[in-house]
Formats: sequence, C-alpha cells, structure tokens
Amino acid sequence: MKLLYFAWVRQKIGRSEEMLSPSSQIATVRDLAEALKARGGGYAEAFGDLSRLRAAVNQDHVALDTPVSPDDEVAFFPPVTGG
Amino acid sequence: MSTRIDIFEDDFDAGAEIAALKAQAGGAGAIATFTGYVRGEANLKALTLEHYPAMTAREIARHVAEAKRRWPLLGVRVIHRVGRLVPGAQIVFVAVASAHRAAAFDACAFIMDYLKVHAPFWKQEEYDDGVRWVDAKASDDDAAAKWKR
Repeated sequence: MKLLYFAWVRQKIGRSEEMLSPSSQIATVRDLAEALKARGGGYAEAFGDLSRLRAAVNQDHVALDTPVSPDDEVAFFPPVTGG
Repeated sequence: MSTRIDIFEDDFDAGAEIAALKAQAGGAGAIATFTGYVRGEANLKALTLEHYPAMTAREIARHVAEAKRRWPLLGVRVIHRVGRLVPGAQIVFVAVASAHRAAAFDACAFIMDYLKVHAPFWKQEEYDDGVRWVDAKASDDDAAAKWKR
C-alpha cells in the first residue's frame, strides 16, 4: 500500500510518502488512520483528530469507512484550499 | 467540445487563453471567464500552493464533465498555478464557451465552486514572522452545495 501525505499532515509526519504492508486488521481508511496514529510522535499529531482530515483512495475522495486493500494508493490531507 | 486543463507554476496570459478557446470552440457566442488572484492582505508576503498531482487534473476533469452534462458547452479551459505566488499574482483561470451567455456564466461559476471544495490544492500563507496553512471555509462548501440536485 502506498501512503501519501499533504500540507500540514505531511509536515507533522515529516515525509510525503511511504510504503506499508498493512496488517489483516486494517479493513478501512479509518482502521489505517488509527494504526498510523498509534505510531506516536508526528503521526499521533497528524491523526489526533480525524474530523480534521480528508482521505482519497486511488485518487478519489472517500469517507473514512471506505475499504482499503494492499494495492491501493491512500492519501491523507486537510480539507482542500485551492482556487 | 474542447477541454484543456493545466496545473503548473508558470504565469499565463488570460487574453491569449480566451482567444485560443474562441478559436477551438466553433460557433461560440459567449465566453465567461473567472480569474483568481492572490489577495493583497496586510503583511502577507506570499502564498505557496501544493497539490496532489495524480489526482488534481482528474478531479477537475470530472467537474468539467459534469458541467458539460448540465449545460450546452462548446469549450472549457482551466489553469491552476502551484508553487510560491506573491500578492497580485494570478492563481486560477476558468473560461467557458457556449452559444449563449447564461450557460457560460453558470458553468463557469459551477466549475469554480466545485474546484474550491474538491480539487486537491492546499495554500500556505507566508508572513514576516512565519507561515501558516489556510483553513477551509464553510462558505465554500455552501457555494458548492447550491449546485446539488
């Protein structure tokens, strides 16, 4: 699974992307976010309040209850502020 | 219908973009455009925009396709800049060609409203004493929600 981070999520974690072999416990985007939060440090800060985060799976916006699989590209970011 | 979407750092010539769209959109009787600039707010030195390259153009294209489904459009041009931009700089440009003005105006506003809440861009403001990420505004969600049907 490829993970991507943007804006302050990227800054708190200290990297823009990483590869992950998800455990079988991770069924949804929310499970993934909770597992990352449990790493502590910058991850705990970035994922501390999931209501402040948005996610995309394979470049489509998704809700946190969306299923994920090992081949997915999952991105975490704040609400967008373009335009 | 011609659709062109670009995301890049360079500045652009809005007049030349309108002329190019008019040449591609045969029979257009109306072209509505929107240009967004970096606001000259107190002490703001610059904005830096980042985006999710694999997703951005695709997300905008989805909204352009939806606009085309709703209105009889002849051509659409979207440009969004990324990188560091100083006050007064152009950030975003949307131009929509149609036979008549109502469709051009409405589709241009629709594409802009959807871009604001869905296209994966993030702005960071730069001041003399540091930087801060711009928060999303509820009013932008409201603007996009009014097109729901």
